[in-house]
Amino acid sequence: MSAPHEGHGDPRVAFESAKLGLWTFLATEVLLFGALFTAYAVFRAKYPALFHSEHLKLNRVLGTLNTVVLITSSLTVVLGVDAIRRGKARLLERYYAVTIVLGAVFLCVKYIEWTGEFHHGRYPDSNIFFSLYFMMTGLHGIHVILGMGVLAYVVVLSRRGRFSGEYHTPAEVAGLYWHFVDLVWIYLLPLLYLIG
Amino acid sequence: MDNVLAFGAASAQAARVDALFVMITVIGGFFFFLTQGMLIYFAVRYRRRLPDRDNETPRITGNHLLEFFWVLIPSIVVVAIFYYGWRVYTDQRIPVGGATEVYVNARQWLYEIKYPDGRTAINEIRVPAGRPVKFILSASDVIHGFYLPDFRVKMDMIPGRVTTLWVEPDRPGRYQIFCTVYCGTGHSNMLAQLVVMSPDAYAEWSARHEEAGEEKEHEPLAVRGARVAKNAGCLNCHPIGGAAKVGPDWKGLFGSNVPLEGGASATADEEYLRESIVDPGARIVKGFPNVMPTYKTTLSKEDVDAVVEYIKTLK
Amino acid sequence: MAQAAEEPGSGRGYLAESGWRSWAYTMDHKRIGVMYLYTTIAFFFIGGIFALLLRLELLSPQAKYFSDHTYNIFFTLHGSMMIFLFIIPAIPSGLGNFFIPMHIGARDVAFPRINLASYWVFVAGFLVVIASLVSPMDTGWTFYTPYSAKTGAAVATLSFGIFLLGMSSILTGLNFIVTIHKLRAPGMTWHRLPLFIWGMYSTSIIQVVATPVVGVTFLLLAMERLLGVAFFDPAKGGDPVLFQHFFWFYSHPVVYVMILPAMGIISEVIPVFSRKPIFGYKAIAYSSLAIAFLGFLVWGHHMFTSGMSPLANAIFSFLTFFVAVPTAVKVFNWIATLYKGSITFESPMLYALTFIFLFAVGGLTGPFLGALATDVQLHDTYFVVAHFHYTMMGGTVMGFFAGLHYWFPKMTGKMVNEKIARISWALVFVGFNVAFFTMFIAGVKGMPRRYAEYLPKFQVENVISTVGAAILAVGIGMMFWNFLQGLRKGPPAPGNPWRALSLEWQTPSPPDTENFHEIPVVTDWPYAYGTPKGPAA
Repeated sequence: MSAPHEGHGDPRVAFESAKLGLWTFLATEVLLFGALFTAYAVFRAKYPALFHSEHLKLNRVLGTLNTVVLITSSLTVVLGVDAIRRGKARLLERYYAVTIVLGAVFLCVKYIEWTGEFHHGRYPDSNIFFSLYFMMTGLHGIHVILGMGVLAYVVVLSRRGRFSGEYHTPAEVAGLYWHFVDLVWIYLLPLLYLIG
Repeated sequence: MDNVLAFGAASAQAARVDALFVMITVIGGFFFFLTQGMLIYFAVRYRRRLPDRDNETPRITGNHLLEFFWVLIPSIVVVAIFYYGWRVYTDQRIPVGGATEVYVNARQWLYEIKYPDGRTAINEIRVPAGRPVKFILSASDVIHGFYLPDFRVKMDMIPGRVTTLWVEPDRPGRYQIFCTVYCGTGHSNMLAQLVVMSPDAYAEWSARHEEAGEEKEHEPLAVRGARVAKNAGCLNCHPIGGAAKVGPDWKGLFGSNVPLEGGASATADEEYLRESIVDPGARIVKGFPNVMPTYKTTLSKEDVDAVVEYIKTLK
Repeated sequence: MAQAAEEPGSGRGYLAESGWRSWAYTMDHKRIGVMYLYTTIAFFFIGGIFALLLRLELLSPQAKYFSDHTYNIFFTLHGSMMIFLFIIPAIPSGLGNFFIPMHIGARDVAFPRINLASYWVFVAGFLVVIASLVSPMDTGWTFYTPYSAKTGAAVATLSFGIFLLGMSSILTGLNFIVTIHKLRAPGMTWHRLPLFIWGMYSTSIIQVVATPVVGVTFLLLAMERLLGVAFFDPAKGGDPVLFQHFFWFYSHPVVYVMILPAMGIISEVIPVFSRKPIFGYKAIAYSSLAIAFLGFLVWGHHMFTSGMSPLANAIFSFLTFFVAVPTAVKVFNWIATLYKGSITFESPMLYALTFIFLFAVGGLTGPFLGALATDVQLHDTYFVVAHFHYTMMGGTVMGFFAGLHYWFPKMTGKMVNEKIARISWALVFVGFNVAFFTMFIAGVKGMPRRYAEYLPKFQVENVISTVGAAILAVGIGMMFWNFLQGLRKGPPAPGNPWRALSLEWQTPSPPDTENFHEIPVVTDWPYAYGTPKGPAA
């Protein structure tokens, strides 16, 4: 299946390219986090007792709260994409703004969690468990910030009137990225907080 | 012991590795001359003769039978090479019973040897010929390597882990040991020797509890000191004039006034130098790191005195 | 296939607009490719100068011109620059950027802005790497822990630099994958794609899948230095060998990123200069994918002496041998393409044939290292140094030179002096073999690598190698001088000086910014040389 004459000037081709591009990019992100998950598996197998004792020290309440926040934010993204598919740009902007706020809430809770750990003398160099904890949640947090930036850019584009029911590729692509960020957290939560 | 190309093997095991090497060379050589011979032959034979008949070349796009065979045959060949290489390797990894054990610990930039009976040495390992030897390897700081080219074996030495290597030396001789994992400035100077002795000489040596260095009773102390300083790795860290290294310069050291960490100073007399060898952390020269290992158990009192005498000659 | 007029480059095509802004802000894949070429070639020269300094020092067994510490920094810089700043980006981001859209009949890549971004991220990366030179590394390009975590050099800075370079590589690979999937001209089915595209497609998959792992690896190294995290530190329960697993999980597939594009170039050049279709098109196409896939399974063969279990070693050794099979298939197919051809030996063809010859040496010395018992002997010796220089320089760099000579007329609209090209080729060929074949011998004799000083018994090989390096340097210098002269005052190039059939040659030299006036409709594959009903094999 090859492209028609106009190449990527053709909107259908551009949309399909954007989606393929994002999925390919998500593949790279899977491998990025995958390397850390592999390190987690290796050290967990090596030090089961340490992982058991240390994971109990994490704040499961805040972890669960953050999970609820992120899942809700994925819901607002879905609602936003649905809105723009029906041509409702203002609604898209509102839903995405809420998503960004939820992302900020996530980061604040994370901040509270981290300072809590520091307060108890648990730092990235304390032991292997906490090295993994801070690295994995830290890298995830950076992706939350990046995701918020991408969503904000989509809101700006929408306010400039760039989207319609027919064309709203950046909104879809940004939404997909946010779902991925949420998905990584869904894996992090049980591995770090729940499994003993 | 020198080895020319793949020969000069110091054990039967090494000779087996050499046989594998020769086999791979022959197979590789065969395929090389076959393919590149055809390349050159075709390039010459089918060079363009008539420019305007360029379009008359036949449009050959493939040949399924040929392609099938040239996938099948290399596949079989590589499996054969894998198998042979694996078998020789497995023999190398399975330790033989009755082995003499030697502990070797690497640190920047020397090898500390410890024998089960408590004797220690630096950069020289002594074993009897005709019996297997098992090296129990580790490292203190960074990853080092333990390579015996004459035996065709090597193993990495990893901090926090123990790895093992065994050889069965056939005949007496001195064999080179190289460090093969980059470990810092002194990497290429971490030279050590495996001294394989005849069983009688080894028995005699064991009974005498000699420590590092050879037994040479009547040589001048400074000459002995120069030899010990080289073999024990001192000169890997201490320059004698010339480019700066990790440790203080020995040239002009004796008798000089040495500023120390913490503000005090000392005169570099016999006592200071002796103390620096057996208890190096006691009085560190200002501006130098506290990384020197102690030679308290690895150099005899005579060797320490010899090194001090040698330093005295370096004006 | 659409036929373009064969008049020499009348306008300046895509080069018409001038001024630094027309380059810095360009979204034309051709200009981006040219910028990458200049940048990577500059690093090739800098890395090469470090190599010559190493060879100078290695004339004498003991330290002579500079200290061991300086030597160690030089070999680290030589390796790191050559790998991260030259050989990984040069063909993909340089020639690939220029020719992938043209080969598939597109006007540009799928994401032109991301393409430009990838170049500036690359620039940012190398600036950070250069910044790290205030406290240069001596770890070797492999940065093994614990040494790299402890040494007093700007490792964290360098790690961030390499992370950025990796991001640039990922963006390029991502762009190419989408471009090849979505922007092929009508009639350009997968089996009508030039083999350069198959090679680049496989390369892009590796870039996208493997590079993130090395990104994380360097991130963890930086965090170990900055925050004291414990992954690789044995004192805190970490595992220094884990670093090696992460590092080689990327760094083995990356050698296929280096070689597959060059193999793609060879697959383009050989048919053109023998006037015959490529033999076994599908085999070559699919072998590229096979190499990309198998390349992910063999990283442990760099670690046979690191204390892995004999079982793990055996599995890695077994799988390693299988990467040889698709590679061998390509070599056989290229040679078979010559059969009953009408062969000429212009400079692109000389380099392409040289690639096959030298890569065969490199490839056939692989089994010594894939076989467990001989690897234990030869690992970390000069044998390995010779092996990878034969494959990376005798392979990739010769392929790069073939591509440069082949596509120079198209990119610049000028022709180079063919006689000087051939003389420089001869010097390169002789110099290369003299420089690197002796290293096999030194390695078998037991000379370890990364040695600033060595035992006197290795001196003869080292002196010979240095002489070869000098000859090689002269040849390379002459080759690039020839390119410069061609740029400045070469005769104008026709649209299709080699009478080739792929799409880029159906345009003027240099091409216009939009590549094609009309998107071509493809009706045949690009290897339809010779007479269809001619004599059979």
